[in-house]
Amino acid sequence: MTNELKKPELSRRALLKSAAAGGVTLAASATGAKALEKETKENPITTKQDWNQVLGDGVDANPYGSPSEYEKNVIRRSVPWLTASPESSINFTPLHELDGIITPNGLCFERHHAGIAEVDPAEHRLMINGLVDKPLVFTMEDIMRFPRTNKIYFLECAANSGMEWRGAQLNGCQFTHGMIHCVNYTGVLLKDILAEAGLKTNAKWLMPEGADASGMNRSVPIEKALKDCMVAFKMNGEALRPEQGYPLRLVIPGWEGNMWVKWLRRIEVGDMPWHAREETSKYTDLMENGKARRFTWEMDCKSIITNPSPQAPITHGKGHTVLTGLAWSGRGTVDRVDITLDGGKNWQKARIDGPSLDKALHRFYFEFEWDGRPLLLQSRAIDSTGYVQPTKDELREVRGTNSIYHNNGIQTWHVNAKGEAENVEVS
Amino acid sequence: MLKFPKIISIAFGLTLCATPALAEKLNLGREATKAEIKAWDIDVRPDGQGLPEGKGTVEKGEQIFAEQCAACHGDFGEGVDRWPVLAGGLGTIKSEDPVKTVGSYWPYASTVFDYIYRAMPFGNAQSLKPDEVYAVTAYILYLNEIVAEDFELSKNNFASIKMPNEKNFFADPRPDTPTMKKKKPCMKNCKKEVKITKRARVINVTPEEDKEAASKE
Ligand code: HEC
Repeated sequence: MTNELKKPELSRRALLKSAAAGGVTLAASATGAKALEKETKENPITTKQDWNQVLGDGVDANPYGSPSEYEKNVIRRSVPWLTASPESSINFTPLHELDGIITPNGLCFERHHAGIAEVDPAEHRLMINGLVDKPLVFTMEDIMRFPRTNKIYFLECAANSGMEWRGAQLNGCQFTHGMIHCVNYTGVLLKDILAEAGLKTNAKWLMPEGADASGMNRSVPIEKALKDCMVAFKMNGEALRPEQGYPLRLVIPGWEGNMWVKWLRRIEVGDMPWHAREETSKYTDLMENGKARRFTWEMDCKSIITNPSPQAPITHGKGHTVLTGLAWSGRGTVDRVDITLDGGKNWQKARIDGPSLDKALHRFYFEFEWDGRPLLLQSRAIDSTGYVQPTKDELREVRGTNSIYHNNGIQTWHVNAKGEAENVEVS
Repeated sequence: MLKFPKIISIAFGLTLCATPALAEKLNLGREATKAEIKAWDIDVRPDGQGLPEGKGTVEKGEQIFAEQCAACHGDFGEGVDRWPVLAGGLGTIKSEDPVKTVGSYWPYASTVFDYIYRAMPFGNAQSLKPDEVYAVTAYILYLNEIVAEDFELSKNNFASIKMPNEKNFFADPRPDTPTMKKKKPCMKNCKKEVKITKRARVINVTPEEDKEAASKE
């Protein structure tokens, strides 16, 4: 009697309700829950909801689960004017919608140079050649037979916040800071794979290369490769997503995302760097005097208040308020995050909550009573090496405004009396 | 079989506690064949290592460029719409609006060859033969006034090409702002007054979707 088990059609009331909700989600969130209850004239406790009475979908309705329909706003977004084609482009993680330190796989920002390669793992090979005793080829099955390791690391694009060098531009932490994600990688240590091939004594550099149509290649110094680099096949427990390099990607903890070659198919061992396009034309930092820094691999200590922020205003009015955000450092852990509500006159320590892991995102909270007056919010992170996150002006003083990459300056959000936030800079 | 290069054993010593150290080789994978290495090993270094046999003239390069590259990069590498600019920009690198091109910015000619050979034309990568890559590379160098119109680029003369901006690259000097050792960050009464100096709303370039949403508010 399968008919009896069939879920009844949605009621007219429910349809009207969801249609209205779809149209005004933003307005509703801006006025707050209290107002919402008054407006809809339906008290959610005294009014029965459909889900209180009728059967929901059974198992297997959605064999690979997806978020609630009420979360459909929680997506990666791009800035179309940034790039010439979507295959050579970038989108951004919705940091203002997330909590904790782990980024869900479907929300990890994407950066491709020739679109998403759809690689058949059965046809995928990893080759190690160059200055080795024996050049080797591994199948995915071979790679899974090395001892595995699990590590949580952030990956940040060196161009994160790059649009903000000349001043406040984009209104939302998704756009200003969303070229970052942090996941649990499962993979094998690169040094174990290299040991199988046997490094020659003059092996000083590696050149990882991708299997996609950009053939991404970078030069990596051997010290880093042997210290903590991984060849990963899983993220947050499941296979890498195609857009993150399925079936295999390089993990270079704490270093700029461009080096974490996706669809990794070859590693050449050499005695000097290659000076590939992505470490000459791109990912070099141009100074005001026309000279350019190269091999600027490490990601400096940085932090961002994700809530409140332009895409996530304060909607509850004055009173007890939870401020939260993320901090990280490519040099280690984050020791401390300071918060100012008044644009940097006075600072207080935020509370770091959850794991504090090497080269991973750190979650911080700062709870305060908001009196309804405008705020100038900033966060400042200090890492385990004593590196202090600088102001944007401190960075400009040394580097000018043309360097594109490695902008880790302190971000300011102006929150007005209505609770709306704007990206600003202050004196 | 248990031949361990020094460098590996040093690394093991450093990370012993963190990761499982391998006592011996696991005999995983198989030896790569010469043909396989040849098929994939296409990278080229500044000293010329990796260059395939071949040659190509500026003139031949102009022809290939017009057919396969100009639709995006423009006949003279000036860039169509927002596609990358490949030529010009000399003298702009110190300006407010630097135009970084092969001629104005790139430190090594080998990068031009390496990149085109592996990644261009966009959407039909690794379709050009070595002679064609020599030719388009020669043409791009010519557009940037690095070689003459009658130049023929080859494996033999490649290393002689010097790029004008090579000397302007230097090593990473970070950290380049004060650390805790030099200056403890101020916590109380750090400034007298605070003024807003820049606003994103004035520039108004945040993507439409959010602008629409904002206007609905
Ligand atoms: C369909 C458009 C298109 C065509 C055709 C095309 N390119 Fe490109 N080219 C691009 C894009 C897009 C990029 C940047 C790719 C990225 O994101 O990494 C690029 C980058 C380059 C660069 C590096 C530019 C820089 O400043 O870093 C060079 C050199 C280049 N192309 C040469 C060529 C040559 C030579 C051809 C013809 C054989 C060609 N391209 C054909 C779109 C195109």
